[in-house]
Amino acid sequence: MTGHPHDAARDPGFVKKYLWSTDHKTIGLQYMLTGMAMALIGAFAAYVFRMQAAFPGASVPLFGPVEAADYNYLVTMHGTIMIFWVAMPVLLGGFGNYLIPLMLGCDDMVFPRVNRLSYQIFFLSSVVLVASFFVPGGAFGGAWTAYPPLSANSAYSMTPFGSTLWLLAVALEFVAFLLGGINFITTTMNSRAPGMKMFDIPIIIWTIVIAAVLFMGSVGPLVAGAVMLLFDQVVGTGFYDPARGGDPVLWQHLFWFFGHPEVYVLLLPAMGIVAEVMVVFARKKLFAYRTIVYSAVATGIISFFVWAHHQFVAGIDPRMASLFSLTTLIISIPVAEMFFVYIATLYGGSIRFTTPMLWALGFVAEFLLGGVTGIFLGSAGSDIYFHDTYFVVAHFHYTFFPIAFMAAFAGITFWFPKMFGRMMNETWGKVHFWGTVIAFNICFIPLFITGTAGDHRRVFDYSMFAELATPEMQSLRILATRALLVTLAFQVVFVINFVYSLFRGTVAEANPWKANTLEWLAPSPPPHGNFAAMPVVYRGPYEYNVPSRALDYWPQYEPADATDPVAPGARLPLPQGA
Amino acid sequence: MISWLLPQASSFASTIDGLVLLIAVIVGFWLILAEVVLFGFIFKYRARDGIRGQYVSGEDRSQKTWVSYPHYAVVVFDIIIIVAALRVWNEVKVAAPPGEEQIRIIAQQWSWTFVHAGPDGKLDTPDDIRTVDDMYVQRDRVYTFELHARDVVHSFSVPAFRLKQDAIPGRAIHGWFRPTREGTFDIQCVEMCGVGHGLMAGRIHIGSAAQYAAWMTEFTNTAVAAHRIASSTPIADVAAHDHAGTAGGTR
Repeated sequence: MTGHPHDAARDPGFVKKYLWSTDHKTIGLQYMLTGMAMALIGAFAAYVFRMQAAFPGASVPLFGPVEAADYNYLVTMHGTIMIFWVAMPVLLGGFGNYLIPLMLGCDDMVFPRVNRLSYQIFFLSSVVLVASFFVPGGAFGGAWTAYPPLSANSAYSMTPFGSTLWLLAVALEFVAFLLGGINFITTTMNSRAPGMKMFDIPIIIWTIVIAAVLFMGSVGPLVAGAVMLLFDQVVGTGFYDPARGGDPVLWQHLFWFFGHPEVYVLLLPAMGIVAEVMVVFARKKLFAYRTIVYSAVATGIISFFVWAHHQFVAGIDPRMASLFSLTTLIISIPVAEMFFVYIATLYGGSIRFTTPMLWALGFVAEFLLGGVTGIFLGSAGSDIYFHDTYFVVAHFHYTFFPIAFMAAFAGITFWFPKMFGRMMNETWGKVHFWGTVIAFNICFIPLFITGTAGDHRRVFDYSMFAELATPEMQSLRILATRALLVTLAFQVVFVINFVYSLFRGTVAEANPWKANTLEWLAPSPPPHGNFAAMPVVYRGPYEYNVPSRALDYWPQYEPADATDPVAPGARLPLPQGA
Repeated sequence: MISWLLPQASSFASTIDGLVLLIAVIVGFWLILAEVVLFGFIFKYRARDGIRGQYVSGEDRSQKTWVSYPHYAVVVFDIIIIVAALRVWNEVKVAAPPGEEQIRIIAQQWSWTFVHAGPDGKLDTPDDIRTVDDMYVQRDRVYTFELHARDVVHSFSVPAFRLKQDAIPGRAIHGWFRPTREGTFDIQCVEMCGVGHGLMAGRIHIGSAAQYAAWMTEFTNTAVAAHRIASSTPIADVAAHDHAGTAGGTR
């Protein structure tokens, strides 16, 4: 590693330390906190449009009456923000930046200034996106998929500035994550601690790096597509205009060629977080480590060949559906494999129900439902009916909510002591978990039912549709909205716990969970440069309950001949409340 | 399963419902099994004093079989689902039977125009009957449709038929259906198409041959009358927003 002087004692000043830092930990936290702030906007959008869906025409508190154009841009922005400005920065930008150097045992990313630039561009993209709410004509309302010609021509979308700013923001966001991804991959390849072989790398680093590779491989065509769309919008070219020889379906291919790998760009880091948390609190070696790595790689490769399953009924040659149905069901094999392995990891464990563990177990339990409902949509025959219904909405919320929130909460509550040097409150953490998870299910199960009854997406008022405007359907929508309000209310518990613990939480030691990976060797919080002495790795990351040892964990950094400081038979005491 | 919530009004509605039921049974069984094992493990292996966790690498062949058997099951059931799904897809979207009737569907922001072939059964002849937002078909006749979009991407969906097809500007997309039940059902636009997307509703009216003939006669007469009024009015582009020359729009 090119050395930073290990001068944690010298205070670099507020701006250098928190705003203009090249420290991977600061950049990781910048990403994470920006993502959490954007989540508030995304959640507010969901609140407003769900209120309109449940109580059409009513004035929504804090917003007012919801017009059709409002509804469209709120739906669009909710999707865009939650995927590109919440899941991406929290899972990749946040955990990726924070954890990669710490878990590899090095002092920073290989290209710290590129890293800083990455966050700065991301921040700029957030500003551009938020600015698009306030331009004449309002924010873009053509759905997060932005299909042209609607997105290409303001005569159709009626948002001349909103569409362009939306597109610019998304393109900038892509650039930010490309720069970040370069760092992730290079650092993992080059800067591992001495002794850390490829199969000694913690799973979360594997999954984040594979995700970064997927992102780099899939986003290029979409960036090109975005430039063409930008030209269609502002210069008047006709790349997507059939009247001038263009083709609107081209965008759909470019978008989904990125859009489906993107699902795995987010799923894989979430799976990584869950693996790290599960082994620590089950005190158990990860079952079949190599199988997980190979499955993650296989998932990544296959994810490049499934995109047109979003387009079965989009006017592509119907014979193509056979191929994409096949690949889509094939991808269920490695993903299912990973979940089997996770469940197998629990076998024979000694499970402690801490807050991070509850989130991790909840992730597995909830994602299973999201995964299997995808089979209805990947099968071309049944997708004819389910395409663009609320069944799809419920399906991907059962995948994305576990990914973007449950795994993120698992990670935040797990690494909070490392990040801020204090423990979060366990009781309030559990209140937050149960309140959120129960309300989440009551929110989305009804939407599976309305979707199966033909309820289609992005409709701000059902009065035009006799089959949808029934009292039964409306009562399900109201139930979903009420559950959403409860879900949102429980996030206040998290925010208060987070802020309170930041200042008043119990002071955390370096390794409060008795975990094995290298980040727990560094002080909590780690200073600039991370480690007092650079660690050496002696074994894999998941050596829990090794029979020959009295202690039930065996850190990667501990030499083999170190004496076992605890008497035979002794073990880690149970956490309070377990 | 879907038929509990929505009637089956086309020949392939029950086929699609059958596929959905098949998938629901297969994945339902495996979902419940997986959740039972998951929660069983969570309960059985909760931390208890004096019981230490086991050391299982999961790399031995004998240990891996616990993951490989479910894995083989996934492959087998994936194949079953694929075969069933593609048979249904083929029936609905690829192997269209010869059409007995023709109809043209034109989507635009934010209405549907339907061009019925009229008494001669051919499109693009003077006796064509155009309607807006209301589509009229006969029961038990095979229809082939031709789907157009004038401006942006729309999607033609009749939930009671289990039929859905995007309309793409610049393309004529063909499909078919055979109504099997008389009545009136919703037509939805299910692709985001702009501010009026949520209002882009239509109705499909399915009647017996006699009923259908009566509708068509009525519209021919109204259309002739409307045309007389329209031609005396100086409207430059009647065709683009065709309300003046249209009959049957009930809204």
